[in-house]
Amino acid sequence: MHDKLEASFREVLPRADFCSLRHVREHEEMASVRQGVAEPAYLSDDGGAMITVIDKGGMGYAATSDCSRAGLKRAVEEASYWARKTAGVSVVDCAALAMPHPRGEYAGPEKTPWSSVPLGEKFDLLREECARLKTDPRIVDWQAVLWHVRMDTLYLTSEDGRVRQRFSFIVPGLSATASAKAETQTRSFGGLRENCRQGGMEALEATGFRKAAPRIAAESLELLAAPNCPSGTMDLLAAPDQMILQIHESVGHPLELDRILGDERNYAGTSFVTLDMLGSYRYGSDLLNITYDPTRPEQFASFGYDDDGLRAEKVFIIERGILKRALGGGISQARAGAPGTANSRASGWNRPPIDRMANLNLEPGESSLEEMIASIERGVYMQTNRSWSIDDSRNKFQFGCEWGRLIENGRLGAVVKNPNYRGISATFWRSLAKVGSAVTAAVMGTPFCGKGEPNQMIRVGHASPACVFKDVDVFGGE
Amino acid sequence: MQKYFYELVDALSAKLRGGEVLLAGFSGEESDFVRFNRSRVRQAGHVSQAHFGLELVAGGHHAKGSLSVSREKSADMEGLAAMLDGLRAQLPHVPEDPYLLYATEVRSGEQHGEDLLPDRGQALAAILGAGAGRDMVGIYAQGGICHGFANSLGQRNWFSTHSFNLDWSFYHAADKAVKSRYAGLEWSDEEFGGRVERAAGQLAVLARPPRTIAPGKYRVYLAPSAMEDFVDMLCWGGFSLKAQRTKTTPLLKMLEGEARLSPKVTIRENTAGGIAPSFQGQGFIRPGQVTLIAAGCIRDCLVSPRSGKEYGLEPNGASGDERPDSLDMDAGDIPAAEALARLGTGIWVNQTWYLNFSDRAACRVTGMTRFATFWVEGGAIAAPLNVMRFDETMYRALGENLVGLTAERDFLLNPGSYGGRSTGSARLPGALIDDFTFTL
Repeated sequence: MHDKLEASFREVLPRADFCSLRHVREHEEMASVRQGVAEPAYLSDDGGAMITVIDKGGMGYAATSDCSRAGLKRAVEEASYWARKTAGVSVVDCAALAMPHPRGEYAGPEKTPWSSVPLGEKFDLLREECARLKTDPRIVDWQAVLWHVRMDTLYLTSEDGRVRQRFSFIVPGLSATASAKAETQTRSFGGLRENCRQGGMEALEATGFRKAAPRIAAESLELLAAPNCPSGTMDLLAAPDQMILQIHESVGHPLELDRILGDERNYAGTSFVTLDMLGSYRYGSDLLNITYDPTRPEQFASFGYDDDGLRAEKVFIIERGILKRALGGGISQARAGAPGTANSRASGWNRPPIDRMANLNLEPGESSLEEMIASIERGVYMQTNRSWSIDDSRNKFQFGCEWGRLIENGRLGAVVKNPNYRGISATFWRSLAKVGSAVTAAVMGTPFCGKGEPNQMIRVGHASPACVFKDVDVFGGE
Repeated sequence: MQKYFYELVDALSAKLRGGEVLLAGFSGEESDFVRFNRSRVRQAGHVSQAHFGLELVAGGHHAKGSLSVSREKSADMEGLAAMLDGLRAQLPHVPEDPYLLYATEVRSGEQHGEDLLPDRGQALAAILGAGAGRDMVGIYAQGGICHGFANSLGQRNWFSTHSFNLDWSFYHAADKAVKSRYAGLEWSDEEFGGRVERAAGQLAVLARPPRTIAPGKYRVYLAPSAMEDFVDMLCWGGFSLKAQRTKTTPLLKMLEGEARLSPKVTIRENTAGGIAPSFQGQGFIRPGQVTLIAAGCIRDCLVSPRSGKEYGLEPNGASGDERPDSLDMDAGDIPAAEALARLGTGIWVNQTWYLNFSDRAACRVTGMTRFATFWVEGGAIAAPLNVMRFDETMYRALGENLVGLTAERDFLLNPGSYGGRSTGSARLPGALIDDFTFTL
């Protein structure tokens, strides 16, 4: 199919300074068992192409689900129309852009292909895990889910660029909801599908999916009887499945170059970070080391090239607390006159690439979990994000978790429900007091990062150890 | 497109084997998107997309699929037939579904929207003109959207509309901006000009030195555009039968009789007054209205076919997510023109941002103020307000602390475009609220 596409693309190439085709095909399957009942199996086959034309200083795109030669020709005409219309009125000096023409291939890991396991066996597995969630009459809803996406992409440019990439994404989910009177508590396996990875069926083992159900069920019941998280200024020990949201919202998004350049001000927001901060701003304590790392194949947003053809390489974004560079693809780097990363990405064939964090990781430190707990006189250990909110400059944030446990005089204490905390990004990371070792770390991510106009939902990856923050504003529920 | 869809469903239906039933859905759009930053174009393009949904039922077994299509009938038939075969191959591996329910009464219908859209180049010129000399950022979308349903029992439903939606902000500096929206079916230079002028007028106020307030309780006015996000939180499971029965609804305390909203609050799913299709994916037709909250108390809920079968209630045309598409809140008796005076001293909130539950079971919501939010003194705007975080329960804000709702309502067309352009809408009043809690 790719050869036919390439031949058609070469035939319909316009006379323009630059033209590219990005074809994406996603084959998706989902199986779910809720309360012991299999939900209808779902499969999706979604494919289409995005044509981009740059000419005489203007840029236009056109996406089509018609990948025939005639369909591509119409898309080239539409993209050319918008390139003409935007020439001279574009915020980007498109005539000055040096778009890459890469050649290469990338394939993510997949030892045991999803398709090699029959659907019936997947339902058997889900039924088994689902049954292990229902341990008590107070558990009123429980569910086990497996979601898989196979993605094939082809990127072609007018000067013989050709990149083919292939990915296998697997997203497991478990949840147990316990309720009594007017109290309901849900415990899950990674909240909003945070235990997501690249890989085949073998990746399930690495996520811990098959061990999680009894713990989730027990903790949902434990929360029903737990007191509210106390309020006050105290230390926070955040588990990896909360850390990834903290990194995502208050490091990742504020460092996206398109936000800094103002593109997102009408929707996702601006940033408290400005270009003059790059290279010198103290973002966090000396313990804070953040990398953009597309080189860990098992992570959810690893790839060889971004959607504008830039080759992906690992770089430090924040090193020993100092902001080194922002997250932006080639076009944003040219606009900003600043270095960035290969993260010009689109959610699919029907949306144009914009700056999206990919794998953004907090590098492990040296503390064991026991050492971190022992270092806390009064605090809360929080696991699994369930609520997230942050202002449009990515500064004033508030997060809530599913499960909390008091820490008093260096020892773990009672379980508490509705643990929340709030803070300000610009100062919060400076209170980072301990960073867990690799033993405390987890590889996670989310399939649901929303941004952009028109709107785009994209996959991101985060790996983080557990971390301790000092003097945090912590509080509970009503 | 309607003929193409129906003919393909006819052809697929001819391939069914004894006892099989086919449910088919279609969604398509031809949209232009122009994105602006600093009153210039950031990205512009066209999206032409179409997707077919198929659900094959055999006895108590069923499987669902979705396929992107080119809209060239013979080419697409090959892919759709292959998907039908794929679904058929899945059925032996799929357990019988006790909650399977689809419409068996044939209720066909059509809703056709006329194409009165402006020339896209002229719209672009008008928008760039409005941004001249200002710092404008935002998105303009226009084009046709269509949705269809058909089944092998003979039901046929079609919906098409041609709409535009300009969602934009004029920035003063940093995070101080006025956000506006102009959406509809037929562009009017006069109407657009009026909205631009009103936004520009508010922009002048943003030039005043901003005020920072301490956390605490304040009297607030939530404009309809702020209420859109605030009330939308109730749609996150609040009106869903499944969420109510699994006790995950944010209105759990109301469900348990421990709390209620103000008698001034009545909320409906108003399909008749919205712009969304009146049919859903299993072929059920939505009633004109479903009253969800009546005078502060839970009335009916949205019932999808699956939940209806599971919990023994008749479905009322809801989709699987059981969320309203055409939210409608009754007006109150405060003239909008008097809202500023009635606020007296407090905070005028034009937009809220990034809302989430901080205690779902208590229906406590946190979020931020955004865009043109003002400190008001003596019934007059005194200064723009630096952004503040709020954390407040619906039971207080739309319950005991609700002073009143405006007599006029705004009809807000959803500019959202995740996957495809939204046909959602909300018709909402503004709300005057005492002791609204700000925390950061």
